[in-house]
Amino acid sequence: MPVVHFTAHLDGVAPKDPVTVDGATVAEALNKVWPEYPKLKGYVPDDQDRVRKHVAIFIDGELERGPDVLNLNVKTHTDIHVLQALSGGCA
Amino acid sequence: MADRMFASTRKGLIEYRKNGSGWAHAANHFMGQPVTNMVADARDGTLYAALDLGHFGVKLHRSDDAGESWQEFDPPKYPKAADGEDGPSLKMIWVLGTGADDQPGRIWAGTLPGGLFRSDDRGESWHLVDSLWDMPERQKWFGGGADEPGIHSICIDPRDSNRIAIGVSCGGVWVSEDDGATWRVGSQGMWAAYVPEEAKYDPGTQDCHLIVQCAAAPDVYWCQHHNAMFRCTDNLESWHEITTAPVSNFGFPVAVHPHDPDTAWFAPAQKDEFRYPVDGKVIVNRTRDGGKTFESLRNGLPQDNAFDLVYRHAFKVDGTGEELLMGSTTGSLWHSANGGDSWDTVSTHLAPVYAVTFG
Repeated sequence: MPVVHFTAHLDGVAPKDPVTVDGATVAEALNKVWPEYPKLKGYVPDDQDRVRKHVAIFIDGELERGPDVLNLNVKTHTDIHVLQALSGGCA
Repeated sequence: MADRMFASTRKGLIEYRKNGSGWAHAANHFMGQPVTNMVADARDGTLYAALDLGHFGVKLHRSDDAGESWQEFDPPKYPKAADGEDGPSLKMIWVLGTGADDQPGRIWAGTLPGGLFRSDDRGESWHLVDSLWDMPERQKWFGGGADEPGIHSICIDPRDSNRIAIGVSCGGVWVSEDDGATWRVGSQGMWAAYVPEEAKYDPGTQDCHLIVQCAAAPDVYWCQHHNAMFRCTDNLESWHEITTAPVSNFGFPVAVHPHDPDTAWFAPAQKDEFRYPVDGKVIVNRTRDGGKTFESLRNGLPQDNAFDLVYRHAFKVDGTGEELLMGSTTGSLWHSANGGDSWDTVSTHLAPVYAVTFG
């Protein structure tokens, strides 16, 4: 099953440790996380359920870009990292 | 007289309490996080704060114990678009406002990209005002200082809480007489220097930076516009340009005396491609005769090499009309206890100030 890791910047609303969840796509995996961390769903996707512009999704170490990142297939043991992109640099 | 005031800054919400004749720092809330606006609800003492976390979106917090603790709850949300369409998402809560006394629990939020939201349960749930969002004229709105248009002014008529006026950058003034069910444009008489001649007087694309309504004479509104200053005395039927202000007619904020519709304050700046205090001197322009004449007030304000720009929500007058609060982009905060005749420095080293609030 895929393993989802969240940046420490999301401490307080996201699991501190990696969570192993069921799911065949990135979206399915993340959807398994939201119920236990309901506030988190307002931090990663936007109002249209798109990944926020300055949230970076890495799959097995590769940065995945573009609007279809949530539909990408993931395999058993895939590591999904949800990180704060440097592109949105905070002033 | 207010005994508490707040500065919403890029690095947190800073609270001050009255201390004798001055003000003392009391607390920092949301340290390090951008607070775009806040409101202290005079009806029940609740505090609401809007945050823009950048990477992770807009957040909304509420305090039921005067800021001792805060609870995060869901901010307004734009409706899902049809499949294949590029739908909107909340970019910023630009202004928060409270409803009238006969509307307990009602809170308003003016947002980017141009949606007005209403809550009737103290922010627990939010509803996009569809009548405004679906209005065909909204398609003409465009961004001013931001990529997308935004609602920055919400005036609830003290005579009739069903009467709402909003200001949009850039989309003019819009008025509802029926609690938001229908809308008419209310910025006739304004003119724009930033569009071709044919569009100059289009009331639906005016960049009013802020509109304010006089509590004691609600037919009177004042506006700091992108390229002019305006006053309205006929309940948003027409606006008349004020051309008598010294130094500059460019700026962002305006405040009107709550008991005297002829008294208003502006914080002018070098126009519009530069945006700094003219000649490096921070001043406040005050009129006491409806804009016929102005005084430039500067006692206690920096008069040498200052770069303090005052954003539209960073200048407020209290309920007496005597106390003023002004914050700047370079982290200064000033207070006046005499209508602007003289100013005391509260701080010169805050983060950029987005908004100030008595309450």
